Amino acid sequence: MSEPAVKGASASELKSGSRLERLLGEGHFVVTAEVGPPKSSSSKGIKDNATLLKDCVDAINLTDNQTAIVRLSSIAAAVHVMSVGAEPIIQITCRDRNRIAIQSDLLGAYSLGIRNVLCLSGDHQVFGNHPEAKNVFDLDSLQLVRAVRDLRNGKFVNGEKCRFNPKMFVGAAANPFADPFEFRALRLAKKVTAGADFIQTQAVYDLDRFRAWMDAVRELGLHEKVKILAGVVPVKSVAALRYVSTVPGMRVPQELIERMAGAADQETEGIKICAETVAVLREIQGVAGVHIMAIAWEKTVPEIVRQAGLLPRPVPEAAV
Amino acid sequence: MIVAEQKPLEEIYGFLNGARKVLIVGCKECVTVCQAGGEKEVGLLAAALSMKRRIEGGPPLEAVEMTVQRQCDPEYVQPLSGPAADCDMVISTACGVGVQFVAEHLKDKWVFPALNTRFGGGSVEQGIWEERCGFCGDCVLHLTGGICPIARCSKSLLNGPCGGSHDGKCEVSDDIPCGWQLIYDRLKALGRLDLLTEVQPPKSWRTARDGGPRKVVREDLKL
Repeated sequence: MSEPAVKGASASELKSGSRLERLLGEGHFVVTAEVGPPKSSSSKGIKDNATLLKDCVDAINLTDNQTAIVRLSSIAAAVHVMSVGAEPIIQITCRDRNRIAIQSDLLGAYSLGIRNVLCLSGDHQVFGNHPEAKNVFDLDSLQLVRAVRDLRNGKFVNGEKCRFNPKMFVGAAANPFADPFEFRALRLAKKVTAGADFIQTQAVYDLDRFRAWMDAVRELGLHEKVKILAGVVPVKSVAALRYVSTVPGMRVPQELIERMAGAADQETEGIKICAETVAVLREIQGVAGVHIMAIAWEKTVPEIVRQAGLLPRPVPEAAV
Repeated sequence: MIVAEQKPLEEIYGFLNGARKVLIVGCKECVTVCQAGGEKEVGLLAAALSMKRRIEGGPPLEAVEMTVQRQCDPEYVQPLSGPAADCDMVISTACGVGVQFVAEHLKDKWVFPALNTRFGGGSVEQGIWEERCGFCGDCVLHLTGGICPIARCSKSLLNGPCGGSHDGKCEVSDDIPCGWQLIYDRLKALGRLDLLTEVQPPKSWRTARDGGPRKVVREDLKL
């Protein structure tokens, strides 16, 4: 169960000591942003994006071969992010690695200075650029959350002790827009039980549905046990928004599509909608921050954060 | 049962490679039920191959037909020795298990598979078969309302559904029902949603194919 770090908590009271953990523990409304590593071995784009984002977000989330397309690894990308002075969150999916490889990567990631991990099932490989691949799914996302939590406590999946254990701040995903809706808050409860410290949600466009989910989350008292970061995705055009509305597990209200369609400058409107959404999410009880997923449009993140009134970003007080 | 379907005729014809006499062996078990490799399909395949040879030219093809009770049993494949003796090759219309038992018995013959072995499943309506069992070797159906998460969830999640479940469908395809929606609905109807609140621990895949080729030994039955 999550025990929030108090203001000025000493290193020993923190689970990981990550900047993300400290800011959340101090009650700040945090902002994280996603950066997708390239389909190449070049670190330039990652470093450029991290440099652009480091003063307007609290941590940068590196995707793990998102949509099952081969990309530079999230752990390597995280090292590049750290090299420019930003804090990374690595994603780990269950699609490509079994429990041996995942735990090995956790040890390696921690040894490189990574302190935050987001645990995901992973998009099925049929959506990617190697749809012929064999998938793994040895663990599922809940079991992965537990594995990362247990490793932090010095225990491998098999029960063996781990010395110099990797003390990671453990994240998990939640999709308030997927079905069956009435099970979604209960599934979040399972992730909290498994050991999630923070949650990133699927992109919020449908605020009514999100509020309904948060009502259920608060009813279960989960907002006091886990830090919930609401996901947002800015879109450049009404065509992009229409596409998003067709993705399984995404919901986009019709009036939002109409608003976008009627905008003179759709890119500007997309940024505005995103910033407005962030501002609304900030007022919902139990939302501890936002996660901005501007994949291939990272340069808009500073403007979204500015328009949402979330600059400058705080500096954690707690010692590491 | 094992569900299989016939390979494209072109591919099977390609196996012949000039052979003049071929033994086509059917099986009266699963592949008869799923109408892919029983006596009837052996007859159709023999006729199709012979006709194709006539159309395409080359030496006439003599196809010997024989369908045994089951190919996955040494006792039933033994009688193939005689008919196979003067054949250039053998085509089995059984599942992959049957093909192997036939090949093990007919040591000096090249045995070709006429079917693609698909999955462990059954027929849900005339002409439609669906996968039901993932052969993991450690059944959990008592926890999931009789619906297998290994075979019926695209990610084999034990703590599903994932975020891609929508309108009862899997994110992989609208043709695939979300296995975890089915499990949820069934447990709800049975008043056992409590089963879904527990975090299911990592599964031991040791009993699945991951543990290496499997074998069942029953000491009480051995002679």
